Amino acid sequence: MSSRPAPTASTTPADSLPERLGLVMRAVSLRHGDAAETVQALDEVDLTVRPGELAAIVGPSGAGKSSLLAVAGGLVRPDQGTVTVAGQDMTVPSRRARTALRRRHVGFVFQSGNLLPALTAADQVRLPLRLGPRPARSGRDPLELLADVGMADKTGRRPHQLSGGERQRVGIARALVTEPSVLLVDEPTAALDRARSHDIVQLLAREAKQRLVAVVMVTHDHDVLQYCDTVYEMVDGRLATSR
Amino acid sequence: MFLAIRELNFARLRFALMGAVIALIAVLMVMLSGLSVGLVRDGVSGLQNLPVTSFAFARNVQHDSAFSRSVVDISAVDAWAAQPGVAQAAPFGNSLVNGRTDRGTEVDLALFGVRPDSFLSPSVSEGERLGAADGIVVSPTVLDAGLRVGDTVTVARLGTRLRVVGVTEQQDTFGHVDVAYLPLAAWQAIRSGTAPGVELPQRAAAEITAVAIRADDGKSVDLAAGDAVAGTESMTLAESYGASPGYTAETTTLQLIQGFLYAISALVAGAFFAVWAIQRKAEVAVLRALGASTGWVLRDAVTQAFVLLVAAVAVGVGVGLALGAAITGSGIPFALSMPSVSAAAVGLVVLGLVGAGAAVLRITSVDPATALGGNR
Repeated sequence: MSSRPAPTASTTPADSLPERLGLVMRAVSLRHGDAAETVQALDEVDLTVRPGELAAIVGPSGAGKSSLLAVAGGLVRPDQGTVTVAGQDMTVPSRRARTALRRRHVGFVFQSGNLLPALTAADQVRLPLRLGPRPARSGRDPLELLADVGMADKTGRRPHQLSGGERQRVGIARALVTEPSVLLVDEPTAALDRARSHDIVQLLAREAKQRLVAVVMVTHDHDVLQYCDTVYEMVDGRLATSR
Repeated sequence: MFLAIRELNFARLRFALMGAVIALIAVLMVMLSGLSVGLVRDGVSGLQNLPVTSFAFARNVQHDSAFSRSVVDISAVDAWAAQPGVAQAAPFGNSLVNGRTDRGTEVDLALFGVRPDSFLSPSVSEGERLGAADGIVVSPTVLDAGLRVGDTVTVARLGTRLRVVGVTEQQDTFGHVDVAYLPLAAWQAIRSGTAPGVELPQRAAAEITAVAIRADDGKSVDLAAGDAVAGTESMTLAESYGASPGYTAETTTLQLIQGFLYAISALVAGAFFAVWAIQRKAEVAVLRALGASTGWVLRDAVTQAFVLLVAAVAVGVGVGLALGAAITGSGIPFALSMPSVSAAAVGLVVLGLVGAGAAVLRITSVDPATALGGNR
């Protein structure tokens, strides 16, 4: 079973943008395992997230939430179905081509930030601009971006010198620096207290609206769903609109 | 480079420890290189300094001891001189003797019997050239033993007295023994055991160790054809080093140790970067999820290894050169040769990179999806 998100109630400028500029997944299925034992990680999933929309995906562990992010970001090719980000096919066979698409159009925010221990906050944000064959000419100013997420005075600090919330802010800035079309956010509040969880998700919602980024956030935290435009529930690889 | 340099700086203690191991290997390599060159020089510099392109020894002589076993009839000299491409051919005699100076100093000498008017007669830096029937020209290194121009050396057992008339321009040693050039007739008398004052037997006067051959400039000599005519067995000058006492065993041993050091260097670098690559798996997954290609991650890792290896080898070579300079001249056969040291340094870096490269290849198999959620 699958469903499409209901249009959001608000009338943000994003509503006027075509959905193809965000994330579009159609009839996407993915199986893990071998012939002896297979797990249906995604089962005919349809999902559309428009630019400026923050969509949350909730569900129990093992429901397929991380698989959905992996497929949406081109980390994994689905067994069937189509995935486009900003109109680009994320299921092309070439791993190199998918990597290049991910670099240009997708930003990832991981649990606990997943920052690199050797890099300062400023370098964490500069890093995605250096991952291509040559340093990127476009993209946002890393220091300006860090200031936007409230980290202006901690640009020289390394991950072990930052709190959990600060690490997530740096992770968000890192994901936004390439000006992606889609932001894929994996359990951003898993290691945060309630107040910081609200701060982080509010920040994501604000950035989604301001920068017209389609944001997909996987979470277990029902407290923060109030900031999301759409909420989906995932069970056994199937996606259903919850709100 | 972006990440590689920052990681080197961040984990500097870890990399410094690894670099210290590589640097120590580089120090050992420089010392071994110095010993190799020193031993070679000590073993065959007398031959290296001869203006010779090849030697013709007795047929079927044992190659690793040709200088001590070969006996060639002197008529072979004329046969070789007539060969096409041969500029000059001259008789050459070689034997090792013990002697004692009038002041009681014991000396060991490698006698090089040559005709004073031949192209083998050495230039001198002090004293006179070879000419007097009992005159010898010695290597400057024998002066360290207390020998001086004007001294007389008495050959053990025979009692033949040889007068030091000159000193060669550079170190001339053979089988780690100082060389003394002497007239061919004097050498033939000593080799045949002819006592002073006794006429040299006709047979002894016809025997030499080998024919020394110098090819025309830029031309090669057909050694096989010359051997067929002269009844000899030729070796090029470089091949003849192996006929010097102990030369092959020494150089083989040192080359073996150097080979082991190269292998150890590659293994140490490989093991370190293998562990490093395993520790970085989660980090690499994040990098690849963010859009880094496999090539980018590999280039970064190999750059890191290259910077570490070059820095460590440079430090090691520097320390090795300083130690070597301190050792040079202390009696240990040690000589620093920049081409040898450079080759050893490049070898260490290249083999270290091979080891590190093989180790970091495993990061190509890191699945970027493991950066997400429950997979981590």
